[in-house]
Amino acid sequence: MIAFWVKQQDKLLQALMEHLVLTAQALAISLALAALLTLVAMLLPRTGQLLMQVFSVLYAVPSMALLALMIPFTGLGQTTALIVLVVYNQYLLLRSFIEGLRGVDAAVQQAALGMGMTRLQMLWRVQLPLALPSIFTGIRLAIISTVSIATIAAVINAGGLGRILFDGLRTLNTYKILWGSILSCVLALGLDGLCKLAMRLMHPKQGRSNPQ
Amino acid sequence: MAQAAVVFENVSKRFPGANYAAVNQVSFSVQEGEFITILGSSGCGKTTLLKMVNRLYEPDSGTITLFGKGIATQNPVQLRRNIGYVIQQIGLFPHMTIEQNVATVPSLLGWDNKKTRERCHQLLELVGLPAAEFSPRFPHQLSGGQQQRAGLARALATQPPLLLMDEPFGAIDAITRLGLQDELLRLQKQLGTTILFVTHDINEAFRLGDRVMVMNEGQISQFETPKNILHHPADPFVARLIASARQQEAFWEDLA
Repeated sequence: MIAFWVKQQDKLLQALMEHLVLTAQALAISLALAALLTLVAMLLPRTGQLLMQVFSVLYAVPSMALLALMIPFTGLGQTTALIVLVVYNQYLLLRSFIEGLRGVDAAVQQAALGMGMTRLQMLWRVQLPLALPSIFTGIRLAIISTVSIATIAAVINAGGLGRILFDGLRTLNTYKILWGSILSCVLALGLDGLCKLAMRLMHPKQGRSNPQ
Repeated sequence: MAQAAVVFENVSKRFPGANYAAVNQVSFSVQEGEFITILGSSGCGKTTLLKMVNRLYEPDSGTITLFGKGIATQNPVQLRRNIGYVIQQIGLFPHMTIEQNVATVPSLLGWDNKKTRERCHQLLELVGLPAAEFSPRFPHQLSGGQQQRAGLARALATQPPLLLMDEPFGAIDAITRLGLQDELLRLQKQLGTTILFVTHDINEAFRLGDRVMVMNEGQISQFETPKNILHHPADPFVARLIASARQQEAFWEDLA
């Protein structure tokens, strides 16, 4: 096991880096898109409902099938993988963002509107800070899901740890399977930890604002 | 002669799908500086009436005029910033300190920090929450009564000429409620604010109101001073309301 690592270190680390880059790109695009779509959904509730339905249907399509479906349009490789990852994330992110923002205590929202906040001011000053826990939950789910689905993207030649895993499966090489799995777990947990840290930094008052 | 603060002319509101109007052809006029209580059982339209004043609800017909200006043509957001609003659930922002809560409207209006801070402290003192102790606290660290005091301070932050209160003391224990009622009366005398105060508690309505508006099924049954209503109930509904209060009183006397 260790010997395999020593021998294949370069290959494994390269795959890990590819995986990290793909995941990071997918998450960055997903977050930007989800933020935009959430804004649209909050200001136009009907459109928001439609978006949620579309993304929940897409989320129900198995990732392998969605990858295959995209090939005629965007070909093999990273672009297709990115698109699929971003689409899957939208469901997870939009759901937690919108539910978090809408779930803010109705009395608090009514007070905010009654005092003369615009919808956007209420969203920014009141709903967003109070929805942070829910928003971070969504982001953490998206991180884990992206790391895992990105391994499957290896079948369309998008690189990453999936390549090690699928090589291992094809050649019945247990070391490859194990290292591929371990590294993707490490990546998922590492990114999740970073997210937790970010949450603590952004939301230092949480401990105080929670009811005792 | 004081100016009319609030004027309703033939105002009606029916919610989509409802069989009858929540507020039905209501007309009345309130003078500047009056303390008006709006009394009625749940579903009588009193909250609907209140929410039309700051355009949280829009009337289907009729006109509402505040201080001589029709509200239908005013920007609702600007309008609300000039009207204090207090609700039963208070709705303090849990992620902000008491001071930040009270500073909500001043900050929306872009006041400078020093002026805002001074005003916040002054208001907290006014509602009986010593600023040094309470401004850095968070809402959950206050009792229900203290939270409603903070809610009141927040509504009064820019000294609005009109204050709308929707059962503000409904969820507060009897002893604290009496104290808050006294303070509200004192504050109102001191600031001269016109108040519309919705309640379903007849004792509260008669105790606080210069005039009491009794509402039943979307209409005003009677709108007079507590004394006049007591001695000359306008219709069987008002008479029953008063009889119920009398019955309560008799119960206490019997018990004693």
